[in-house]
Amino acid sequence: MKATCWHGTNDVRVEDVPDPHILNPRDAIVRVTSTAICGSDLHLYDGYIPTMMKGDILGHEFMGEVVAVGSAVKNLKVGDRVVNPFPIACGNCFFCQEEQFSLCENSNPNAWMAEKMWGHSPCGIFGYSHMLGGYAGGQAQFARIPYADVGPIKIPDGLSDEQVLFLSDVLPTGYMAAEACDIKPGHVVAVWGAGPVGLFAMLSAWLLGAGKVVAIDRVPERLQMAKEKCGAEILDYEQVDVLDALAEMTGGRGPDACIEAVGMEAHAPGLLGAYDKVKQALRLETGRPPALRQAIRACRNGGTVSIPGVFGGLIDKVPMGAIVNKALTLKSGQTHVQRYMAPLLERIANGEIDPSFIITHELPLEAAPQAYEMFRDKKDDCVKVVLKPWGDGAVGKVVH
Amino acid sequence: MEFEHPRLARALGWFSLGLGLTQLAVPRQLSRAIGVGENPLLMRGLGLREIGTGVGLLARPRPVNWLWARVAGDVMDLALLGAAMRQQDTDRQKTLWASLAVAGVTALDAFAAMRLGRSLKEGVEAARRERGIPVEHSLAVNRSPAECYRFWRRFDNLPRFMKHVESIECEGNRSHWVVRAPGGTVEWDAEIVEDRPDDRIRWRSVEGSDVETYGWVRFEPGPQGRGCTVHVCLRYDPPGGALGAFFARLFGENPERQIREDMRHFKQVIETGEIPTTQGQPTGSRGLIGRTLAHGRHLS
Ligand SMILES: NC(=O)c1ccc[n+]([C@@H]2O[C@H](COP(=O)([O-])OP(=O)(O)OC[C@H]3O[C@@H](n4cnc5c(N)ncnc54)[C@H](O)[C@@H]3O)[C@@H](O)[C@H]2O)c1
Ligand SMILES: [Zn+2]
Ligand SMILES: [Zn+2]
Repeated sequence: MKATCWHGTNDVRVEDVPDPHILNPRDAIVRVTSTAICGSDLHLYDGYIPTMMKGDILGHEFMGEVVAVGSAVKNLKVGDRVVNPFPIACGNCFFCQEEQFSLCENSNPNAWMAEKMWGHSPCGIFGYSHMLGGYAGGQAQFARIPYADVGPIKIPDGLSDEQVLFLSDVLPTGYMAAEACDIKPGHVVAVWGAGPVGLFAMLSAWLLGAGKVVAIDRVPERLQMAKEKCGAEILDYEQVDVLDALAEMTGGRGPDACIEAVGMEAHAPGLLGAYDKVKQALRLETGRPPALRQAIRACRNGGTVSIPGVFGGLIDKVPMGAIVNKALTLKSGQTHVQRYMAPLLERIANGEIDPSFIITHELPLEAAPQAYEMFRDKKDDCVKVVLKPWGDGAVGKVVH
Repeated sequence: MEFEHPRLARALGWFSLGLGLTQLAVPRQLSRAIGVGENPLLMRGLGLREIGTGVGLLARPRPVNWLWARVAGDVMDLALLGAAMRQQDTDRQKTLWASLAVAGVTALDAFAAMRLGRSLKEGVEAARRERGIPVEHSLAVNRSPAECYRFWRRFDNLPRFMKHVESIECEGNRSHWVVRAPGGTVEWDAEIVEDRPDDRIRWRSVEGSDVETYGWVRFEPGPQGRGCTVHVCLRYDPPGGALGAFFARLFGENPERQIREDMRHFKQVIETGEIPTTQGQPTGSRGLIGRTLAHGRHLS
C-alpha cells in the first residue's frame, strides 16, 4: 500500500510499504477513505518531537471501511464505515473507565520511554513517535486499529466523510478545550490560534454558553473564518496590542477563559521571540510559548487557561507569578476523543454543526509532501488538508 | 549495593577538572611551562577532554570507565609530548620533565582503575552469594484481588507475561519451570508454600534444585474496593559458575526494570486480554540507525 512516511525534519515521503494485518485479537484493519494533516503533525514535520525514526508512518486523523477484524472484536464487521479516534485506549484500565482515554495505562508498548521523560506515560497515539507507542499511522491506504472494539465509531449512511472525519481529533479537541473552561452564560472566551483546533474551540464555546468569543491570530483568511463561521471578534496580534485590546473588550477585567490552541511552535515575534528561537534551536527548551505567556497574562483573576496546544518537553519564562497571584486554573491534555465522539456525531447528524467548513484542500495521498509544506507555511489560504488515499474525491482546492 | 565513593578516583577527578580549566584559561602559558610550541586550539581541546573526564569521575559513584578514560587520555598526552620532542621549537628539558610527570600520573590512573574494577566485581559477587538477587515491585491493577489471585494461581499463566519464562507446567502445589538461558534452557521444580485465596501466594524451588528460587505475590484491595495493588517479590540464589553468570544476564544490568516490564505485561494481559504490540506492522524504509535499533530489546 501507499503510506506517508517521516524521514526527518521537513522530509515526508509517500512510499510503498507492506499492507498491515491483524496482530492482536482486538485489532481491526480499515481501508482508509479520508485522512487529514493535523497541527500536531507539524511538530513532527519540524522535528520537535523526539523518538521519531525514519520510515515511521504518519497520521492520526483517519476514517474508512473495516476490511478485517480480530477474533475478539464483536461490535464491528467487515464493511462498517468508521471514524477512528487518535488516542489508542483499551477501555479496561482505571483511566479508560474514568473516560480519560488519552491516559490509558495499557496502550503504549514503549511506556518506559514516556515515563523517563514525563514521570508517567499517556496512551499510545497513531503515528506519533516511539515514545508514544511507535504505532503506524493512518495517512495511508490501510491502517491497523488496536482495541477496535473500543475506539472506532460507526457512521450512519447519509453523512459524508468531510462531515464526520474531524470526530477523530480536532472537533473533540476544540470541544474539550472549551469544556475545560467551565463556561458560564455570558463568559468572554479568548482563543489563541485560529487553526482547526482554535476554530472548533470557538464554536464549542458558543455551544457551551459563552457571551463573547475572541480569536487571536495573524493569518487573514483564518481570522476571516473565525469571524464568519465561528462568530468571533478578531484580533490580529501583529496589528494591535492583544493585552490592551482584550482589556478594552472586558472593561479591564480580562477574558474569563483563555484557550491556547497554538502549541510549541508558536510564531514568536520580538526580542523574547528571538530568545525562544535560539533556545529551541539549541534544544535548551523544546517549545516556544509566546501565546501561552500572553494567555496567562490576559486571563482575568480566578479565570481558566485551557491548553489544547501541544508541548513536548520544556518551555521557558512561564509567568508562574501570574498563575499563583491571579489564582488561575490551568487545564490541558491530549483529548479523550472516545468520550466525545458519540455526542458530537449526534450534533452533526441533526445538523447542529457541520465541521466540514474548515477544509480548504482535498488532495490525493501522493501530494502529502507538498501538503505538509503548504499547511505549515499557511500558503494558498490553507486551513485544513484532507488526503484521499485512493484518489477518489481529491478535488484540489475546495470552494465553499 | 552501595560502595563508598573511592577517594583516589575523586582526587583524580578534581585533578582533571583543575588541569582542564587551566588548559582552557591559559593555554599559551601552559605550553611555555612544559616547553612545547604554542598551539592554543589543541591545548583547549585537550582541556575540554580533561574537564569531561573530571566531571565523569566526580559524578559517577563507581567511575571505573572514567578512570580508564583517563588512562587513554594520558597515553594520548604522552604521544603528543613524544611528537613535540622532535619539533624545532621545543625546550627538550622542560618537555622531558612534563613527560615524566604524565607517566607517573598514568601509573596512578591505571592502578586506581584496576583496583576499583576488582573491588566492584568482588563486591557484586559477594552480595549475590549472600543475598541472591531479590527484586520487588508493586503495581495498581484494575481487577479484583480474587481475579488476580485466580489468574496467578494457575502458574501456567505466568509465561504469558514473564519474558524469560518459557513454560510452566503445574500440578497441584508443584510446578515445573523452564526458563530461557543463553544457549539453552534451565529447569527446576517449585512448590507452593503458602496459599491464601484472594490474598497471597508464596512458592520456592524444591530442595536440591539447580537454582534456588523464591517468590511471593500479594493482592491488596485497592482504595474504595476498586481493583487491587499487586506486590511481587522474586529472588534467585544462583549457584556459582556458568549458571550464576546466566542469572546475572537474565536480569540484565537492571533487574528492577525487567520485573517492571513483566508486571506491566501482567496488568495488560489481565485487564485487556492481550499485550499491545507493533511487532509486524508495516513501516517505510528505515535508516541505518532504525534498522539497528529494530533488533534492540524494547523498541517497537
Ligand atoms: N490536545 C490535543 O489533543 C490536540 C489535538 C490536536 C491538535 N492539538 C494541538 O493544537 C495546536 C493547534 O492545532 P491546529 O491543527 O489548529 O494547528 P495550526 O497550525 O493549523 O494552527 C495554529 C494557529 O496558531 C496561529 N499562531 C501561531 N503563533 C501564534 C501566536 N503567537 N499567537 C496567536 N496565534 C498564533 C497560527 O497562525 C495558526 O493559525 C497544535 O499545537 C496541535 O498540536 C492538540
Ligand atoms: Zn491531531
Ligand atoms: Zn485503558
